[in-house]
Amino acid sequence: MKKDLLGIDDLTTDEIHLVLDTAEAMREIGQRPIKKVPTLRGKTIVNLFYEPSTRTRTSFEIAEKRLSADTLNIAVASSSVLKGETLADTAMNIEAMAPDMIVVRHASSGAGHLLSRICRSRIINAGDGMHEHPTQALLDAFTIREHKKRIDGLKVAIIGDLLHSRVLRSNVLLLTKLGAEVWVSGPTTLVPAGIERFGVRVSPRVDEAVVDADVIMMLRIQQERMHGAFIPSLREYFTTFGMTGSRVARAKPDVIIMHPGPMNRGVEIASEVADGPYSVILEQVANGVAVRMAVLYLLAGGPEAD
Amino acid sequence: MPVVLDADRISRSLARIAHEILERNPTIGELALVGIRTRGVPLARRLARAIREINGHDVPTGALDITLYRDDLMRHAVAAQPVIRKTEIPFSIDDKRILLVDDVLYTGRTIRAALDALIEFGRPKAIQLVVLVDRGHRELPIKADYVGKNVPTSLSQSVHVHLTEVDGRDEVEIRES
Repeated sequence: MKKDLLGIDDLTTDEIHLVLDTAEAMREIGQRPIKKVPTLRGKTIVNLFYEPSTRTRTSFEIAEKRLSADTLNIAVASSSVLKGETLADTAMNIEAMAPDMIVVRHASSGAGHLLSRICRSRIINAGDGMHEHPTQALLDAFTIREHKKRIDGLKVAIIGDLLHSRVLRSNVLLLTKLGAEVWVSGPTTLVPAGIERFGVRVSPRVDEAVVDADVIMMLRIQQERMHGAFIPSLREYFTTFGMTGSRVARAKPDVIIMHPGPMNRGVEIASEVADGPYSVILEQVANGVAVRMAVLYLLAGGPEAD
Repeated sequence: MPVVLDADRISRSLARIAHEILERNPTIGELALVGIRTRGVPLARRLARAIREINGHDVPTGALDITLYRDDLMRHAVAAQPVIRKTEIPFSIDDKRILLVDDVLYTGRTIRAALDALIEFGRPKAIQLVVLVDRGHRELPIKADYVGKNVPTSLSQSVHVHLTEVDGRDEVEIRES
């Protein structure tokens, strides 16, 4: 593994499998009466979150604590960022206190790369703007592999707001690397130009994209990133692209339904589907802890910075 | 490459250890075997089988991966991290007499890590150590309760245990490194 995990691009196929296999062993720790191992004792990890997050931040923090690291959370709402400090300055100040790792989430694409250039600490990208969210893609792959025993040759349909989604980008990179057939579908206004170059099939019709799918992955409509009219109305969006029971019925009988959260019920996914028998949405959350433990462990022993 | 134990000697050693275990632990219901990954696990399974052949009793058997408890884990930041495998102890170790099983006893550091790992699963009544080979050179105050064979070695030698389940054959050999 490299020093940092900034995106799926940083990982070879073998390294992806190593993360998933390690996560398998890490998951068992969460089922013990004492859910803690001493592995990262004495390591300091800073969780630097510039965007709201419940799942990812909690998941990282639990993973860090289960490995016995000392963790601290910097939520920007209560930090000197509000006084006008730049990301680079904040990072250099945190760096001066010599943490071992920084987990960063930021609204700008490339924030992790910036930190990677100026910090000796190992950087884990927990979501940078519309670019990548590598640990989400890894936990999605872990969940798929658990249910389907493979990823190679599966049909995966990813539906929703493709344009603003870092989850989409990381998943497409990972799933195509491991040999899945990836279909994407969403409103034309929310399909990034040139997405076919990533080796995915694009369909404007959800009903076509989900036919015989092994996995359906729904993406959230990211209204906070929309500066303009991308969709006529949420109601119309649901009618045209929302995941309903009748659309699920077009997929394979053992399809699994995934969503990275937070869900907008009745917008991209019907409640009957989100809470239904095919949904693995809460398993994704549970698996997130094991996968992040694996990433933290594998990076902690990686090569030092120059 | 001198062979210090062949397949026949390995199986006779394990049979003898099974008898010794039963002799020293009259309350067989309290016994449980925990093998240290990798080669302690097939050894623990073989001991369970040997005990069943003697008195028909099934001793619960688990597998322990000690990687996350190693004392040298974060000291060699140059190399890739060792691969972790699953720990599987599908029974409560509380009030059990645990037979901890490994292939080679050397510095004792693996056993130190294993004791730390094991104790997080509960409070056993006792822990006893079973090893196929004791090669000496202890760096910690640890001693085995059951030993297949004591093999005096020099520090420049390495002991290689091969087991059918993992390596396709049963053999213990010493190599000059």
